[in-house]
Amino acid sequence: MEIRPIFSALMRSKVSMVLIGLQVALTLAIVCNALFIISQRLEQMNRPSGMNEADTFTFGSTGFGQGFDAFATQAADLALLRQMPGVAAAAPTNSMPLSGGGWSTGVSLQPQQKTPTTSTTIYIVDSHAIDAFDTQLVAGRAFKPEEIERKDFGDRLQPRVVIVSKALGDALFPNGDALGKEVYLGEGPPTATIVGVVDRLQQPWTNSDTIENAMLVPAFMPYGTSTRYLVRTEPGRRDEVMKEVEVKLAEANTGRIIGRMRSMEETRRNAYSQDRAMAIILGVVIVALLGITALGIVGMASFWVAQRTRQIGTRRALGATKADILRYFQTENFIITTFGLVLGAILAYGFSLWLMDRYQSPRLPWHYVPIGFLCLWALGQLAVLGPALRASRVPPAVATRAV
Amino acid sequence: MFTYYLQLGIRSLRRNPILTLLMVIGIALGIAASMTTLTVMYLMGSDPIPWKSDKLFYVQLDNWGVDDAFYDDGRPPDQVTYRDAKALMEAGKADKQSAMFKLNLPVQPENAEIKPFQSLGRVAYSDFFGMFEPEFAFGGPWDRRQDAEHARVVVLGKDLNEKLFGGADSVGRTVRLSGTDYTIVGVLAEWNLRAKYYDLTNGAFNDPDEFFMPYTTGMDLRQRSTGNNSCFRSPGDGWDSYLDSDCVWQQFWVQLDSPERVAEYKGFLDSYVNEQKKLGRFERPLNNRLSDVNTWMADQRVVSRDVEVQTGLAFAFLAVCLVNTIGLLLAKFSRKAGEIGLRRALGASRRDVFAQYIIESGVVGLTGGVLGLLLTGLGLIGVRALYSQYKTVAQLDWTMVLLTVVLAIVAAIIAGLYPTWRACRVQPAAQLKI
Repeated sequence: MEIRPIFSALMRSKVSMVLIGLQVALTLAIVCNALFIISQRLEQMNRPSGMNEADTFTFGSTGFGQGFDAFATQAADLALLRQMPGVAAAAPTNSMPLSGGGWSTGVSLQPQQKTPTTSTTIYIVDSHAIDAFDTQLVAGRAFKPEEIERKDFGDRLQPRVVIVSKALGDALFPNGDALGKEVYLGEGPPTATIVGVVDRLQQPWTNSDTIENAMLVPAFMPYGTSTRYLVRTEPGRRDEVMKEVEVKLAEANTGRIIGRMRSMEETRRNAYSQDRAMAIILGVVIVALLGITALGIVGMASFWVAQRTRQIGTRRALGATKADILRYFQTENFIITTFGLVLGAILAYGFSLWLMDRYQSPRLPWHYVPIGFLCLWALGQLAVLGPALRASRVPPAVATRAV
Repeated sequence: MFTYYLQLGIRSLRRNPILTLLMVIGIALGIAASMTTLTVMYLMGSDPIPWKSDKLFYVQLDNWGVDDAFYDDGRPPDQVTYRDAKALMEAGKADKQSAMFKLNLPVQPENAEIKPFQSLGRVAYSDFFGMFEPEFAFGGPWDRRQDAEHARVVVLGKDLNEKLFGGADSVGRTVRLSGTDYTIVGVLAEWNLRAKYYDLTNGAFNDPDEFFMPYTTGMDLRQRSTGNNSCFRSPGDGWDSYLDSDCVWQQFWVQLDSPERVAEYKGFLDSYVNEQKKLGRFERPLNNRLSDVNTWMADQRVVSRDVEVQTGLAFAFLAVCLVNTIGLLLAKFSRKAGEIGLRRALGASRRDVFAQYIIESGVVGLTGGVLGLLLTGLGLIGVRALYSQYKTVAQLDWTMVLLTVVLAIVAAIIAGLYPTWRACRVQPAAQLKI
């Protein structure tokens, strides 16, 4: 293809070339970085919590008045819940994955260790917990009913046995032999023995660095007059059981408030609402940006075609085919886009460095830029197609007409 | 002349509707994206109490573990312990001061038709109202004497008063919270805080507090705060050892009316902490902070990183739109070379031509700005739908409306500068020969 004449023609209208090139460059830089941020968010949002989220819901109960007995209420509530039809498992817990609020503590291998080995969240539960979370026990056993100690709120937990998530076990014992080992919670002693390991159970905080570290602690400990329950239903019966539970528990004890029933699906939606919003907003920006750039190319190309109508006619009169004219404009666009893309690649890494420096984001993976090249080349070719076709239809006779 | 050029500009834009539409849409989209994100960022970070934000200070003391800083970068804990809050209140060295924390209590309405419900409120000293200046619809705050007497009084927020008393003047009536009756002394008017800056630890964009109760009365309930609690070592068993512990769970604000008072108070905090060091507390180096409202909001990143990144990208997007507009204006104006040549030959100066085409660019900007304003409105509706907690910050105010239109016109004029300059350089002679 005759690149040289196209090139020298371009050199005579540098400004237009620079403008389109700059637009393509900025578009590449923004689109690559925005897409990378979106993909990071989607990756986070798709991490499994380790729970059965489809069939599980949670709610709180808060007693009022001086005479309220939180222990008796909790025992009665659990008994009632467990015999309700449709309920597969129910357990008390202070918190759960994705909920945004909970407890965390350092875990050490030595007493009075200066800095803890790692940190974990604590779920204060009873012997039904693994069943209610519906997580997989990969080693050891669940808690026995006699291991659930009654604790007043504000007392130290000091559990003698604990169950850990596999990630926490591996963080403490990299050889993967956490089962049966002893650890210190907070500053300890006493020590707690790891009696079970579950496959996966996340922390309540989606932005935690140690999101996979969780520990189950056996205790019967209402938070003041409040307790929280986790209920797993038989598959597909969640919504129906949820309504039933709300009514039954409110009737069973009028000295307290039953909080709103919240499905785990709703909890997940709330937990990641910011990430979802960010992904959607960036997605809108990308679409608008590609649209504007395409329209810009259409506008400039139309202008060039209009400006060069006579030259096109002359070329056609001198024997150029329609395809030659079409190819001329497409090659021209390809050259301009390529200049822009080279500049854009530098800008894209520049943006990425700025994000890394200011927001500690990871480096833009290398493959985004070449994929961006392909997409913008395609976009440029599509955008120029209309004006180029119009150019190719210019009749040779135009050359002979006076202006 | 201005109106004539304006007419010319509008007529010229009408002549190429597609090109004009492309330019207007380009500017409108760029303006809408940048103004939507800028509005959210500006309202999030804007000074919530401009007339005295430099007189209100948040107190931080570094009582954390000797080998483990509260924040990785060495900043002190974001809240204070009960014992330090108590000591600072008793010393009373500031012009106004209040310890406070967030508390969730069950409300048992007199009206049997309303089921008991949970309500999130705040315990604080009477100075809270003097410092943060919420407006009262009825009654007023309790006083310092009632602070000292652990008075069973309460100030209701507008929403709770609406719910319990249908918005009527309820001063003098009682409300039952967790089994105890409290006398209502005041009801707040609508308190539209964009960010709840007095408690940034527990969510700057959470719902407003529904009630306020004297700190002394609230502490008698022996209830832990509903907000964040952090301990670097176990507080031990029971309520009393919790109060004695180094767990941080309260906020402490002071009002200091002059720079001298600020310096004095800093000195007082340092001597307090040095005294405590003798008791074996505060093992870390002296690291007390007094941050005024805006410093504290910046420290706690009220403007989230996501919003900053969005704003940055939106302005880059605006840059693309401007480059786009430059190209299109260039295309448009260079088609007019003949017309310009004619005008110049008939005696128009370069200045006249410049004015004419700059005004034409301005008309594009104005149209783009008006359309951009509509799109910004839609954008903010979208933001409110996506971020339910940003209700208070995704709002257009008059400053932003004005800024939008001005930004659009300025942007279009900047975009028009180069094409206009080119248009002015048209040689009359070159255009007039056929």
